[in-house]
Amino acid sequence: MKTIIIAGVGGQGVLTASNLISDVLLEAGYSVKKSEVHGMSQRGGDVIATIKFGKEVFSPLPSINKTDYILAFEKLEGLRNINFLNEKGKMIVNDFIWEPLPVASGYEKYPEDIRENLEKFSDELVMIPATDLAEELGNVKVTNVVLVGVLASKMEIEKELWLKVITEKVPPKFKDLNISAFEKGYKYK
Amino acid sequence: MKKELLSGNEAIARGAYEAGVTFASAYPGTPSTEILENVVKYKKDIYCQWGSNEKTAFEEAMGATFTGARAIVAMKHVGLNVAADPFFSSSYLGAKGGFVIISADDPGMHSSQNEQDNRNYAIAAKMPVLEPSDSQEAKDLVIEGIKISERFDTPVMLRSTTRISHSRSAVETGDRETPPEVNYEKDFGRTMLLPAIARGKHIKVEARQKKIKEFSSDFKYNYIIEGKTKVGVIASGIAFQNGREVFKDDWFLKVSMPYPFPEKLFLKFAEKVDKIYILEENDPVMENFARRLAPEKEIIGKDVFPLCGEMNEDAILAALGKKDITPQFDLSSIPKRPPSLCPGCPHTATFHNLNLQKVTVTGDIGCYTLGALPPLNAMDTTIDMGASITALLGMEKAMEKGGKKIKQAAVIGDSTFFHSGITGLMDIIYNKGKSTVIILDNSITAMTGHQENPGTGKTLMGEDAPVIDIAKLVKDGLGITHTYEIDGYDVKGIRALLREELKRDEPSVIVVKRPCALLFKRANWSPTVVDPDKCTKCNMCLRLGCPAITSKNDKAFIVSSLCTGCSVCIQVCPHDAMHFENEDEMHIRDTNLADFLKGGK
Repeated sequence: MKTIIIAGVGGQGVLTASNLISDVLLEAGYSVKKSEVHGMSQRGGDVIATIKFGKEVFSPLPSINKTDYILAFEKLEGLRNINFLNEKGKMIVNDFIWEPLPVASGYEKYPEDIRENLEKFSDELVMIPATDLAEELGNVKVTNVVLVGVLASKMEIEKELWLKVITEKVPPKFKDLNISAFEKGYKYK
Repeated sequence: MKKELLSGNEAIARGAYEAGVTFASAYPGTPSTEILENVVKYKKDIYCQWGSNEKTAFEEAMGATFTGARAIVAMKHVGLNVAADPFFSSSYLGAKGGFVIISADDPGMHSSQNEQDNRNYAIAAKMPVLEPSDSQEAKDLVIEGIKISERFDTPVMLRSTTRISHSRSAVETGDRETPPEVNYEKDFGRTMLLPAIARGKHIKVEARQKKIKEFSSDFKYNYIIEGKTKVGVIASGIAFQNGREVFKDDWFLKVSMPYPFPEKLFLKFAEKVDKIYILEENDPVMENFARRLAPEKEIIGKDVFPLCGEMNEDAILAALGKKDITPQFDLSSIPKRPPSLCPGCPHTATFHNLNLQKVTVTGDIGCYTLGALPPLNAMDTTIDMGASITALLGMEKAMEKGGKKIKQAAVIGDSTFFHSGITGLMDIIYNKGKSTVIILDNSITAMTGHQENPGTGKTLMGEDAPVIDIAKLVKDGLGITHTYEIDGYDVKGIRALLREELKRDEPSVIVVKRPCALLFKRANWSPTVVDPDKCTKCNMCLRLGCPAITSKNDKAFIVSSLCTGCSVCIQVCPHDAMHFENEDEMHIRDTNLADFLKGGK
């Protein structure tokens, strides 16, 4: 059984991305369970979704030191979930800062050593300017799909399956945009 | 049969559909809200509605069952406190049409003021309670609940929790059962709870519970999983799933009906094992039954496992001393990301003024509870829904009796005012209170994700509805002469009104009106900008706590992608350093409710 955590800030598309990933895993024949924490996320709080998949899955919840992949939509949110990652864990992080309110209003400082800590506690770190890449495609909203593309490149599931599910799930007029976003992430080195 | 990944709440809605339910009612509250939001997908078959509060929603569902219709009512755990009165009566009244009461509890308090375990309510009211452990069971147990309800003439509680309601797992969907025909004939002995009738009913309830206790051991959702050891685990809800990750080779007694407890099944299970662990979230409900039934057995329950918070894999392992969950990376060293009022939030200006005028604020429950956090710091108390107004009166009277007076006001939202604010306001009038009540009317139930309410002009099913005008209700209906309406973005106007009304020796009501900024689907509002030459970094704008305002090069800076152009910061800046980037473009300030109702500009 494997675990994926998707973490970010309310409004970044964390839950949409997690639905997409679970649909792919279900399509690939795995048992899948997902949990979400989104009580007050719409008000700028942090959001986390956990996907567990394998032959048989019982608990949908993450546990410390037992997560295989973390997909973070914002750097600080990657660090906030680092303790869940296992020794072989892969950390995929959007190279993007969204200052939380205590930082923006000057009460606290945004940590400067995020990259160092992420490297220290993960087996592999991919830092990708996904927001910039999505902006290049003309729509910052597909940042989440760029990041899903990176995750897909690290997992042992056929690429065609990802493309199939994206095609099925997104509205037809956004299909090409989402496929391009996925490819940008998938090919990112 | 099709398998779909559904959330627990989606599955509950699906269960209601398949069970032939034709009436569903609720008041929104996390984590229960999405149940009715999904029932509405079946609005061709199920009449569904928001009640003004949980009590009204509950009684409306009961009324439906009097006709033989199958009904559900849904609420968060603390909502059942509001509906406790009809809840207890319902146990005596039984269920002519199947009746399932869904209580969504919140172990871990992801968004609640307490973590009460509502299984205790079912025991106190003497009705069966079901606990699903994934989405499939959430669907199945609604259907089973309706069956049990009709078979034993009892309402049935279904206890979900945040992790059931908000987790997704595969669900096999089925067809809808044909709903029973509705029919009402006067049946005094069934529907009238007069003392003489209720005495007989209590006797029947006790007999009924005995029968359901027998049934509980045969109920197929209470079952034994054979193990390879002499260790047994009794588990319910999400703790069952979490427990299976930990106790891999041991026996399990999976309990889906913790009350009435499956006594015979438990005793059969207890014979197979030497030692029993009990995994249940919050209170020792099953544990108390198990200990009473098998006092000689070694039972490990809440003496080891936590009463507080969630019973996840780490909590179980840590309690057993099998895992060190001390984090490798110390999270206290990094900034938290608390939720905050949004850019363009129509509540910000009011809280800013309350903060500057150092008003003691009795608060309430909604997005605006976030006004309590820094930098706004403009709320002193929360008790429960509606308590802003009543606590205000109590404080005022006690201070007055002691010969003191403080500058104080109550703050409540539109939906919460409809929920249980009106009765408190009547107490203020009747008991000659003198304080000021501020009703923040953003035309929606915002915190739970935008549900309609009696002030929004729409029903849950999307039909037009009469709009209850709060100011009119308060002024013309309750007779509060000093009732005012003011725009939520009018900083100076709110300031002046507060100054005036807080001095007044009569009750007053200020209705602050502006639709929630998130109701406008538009993202590209024309922003406000800072003139760095004029900015003196006095931080007045930062004290608004607006997520769009930050600082850069020691000057205030506005993140234009977040800014909505509400103009509140322009008004509070003492140095005239902020202005719209382009006066002619569209700002949220220039919208009005009428435009919004027409679909926005």
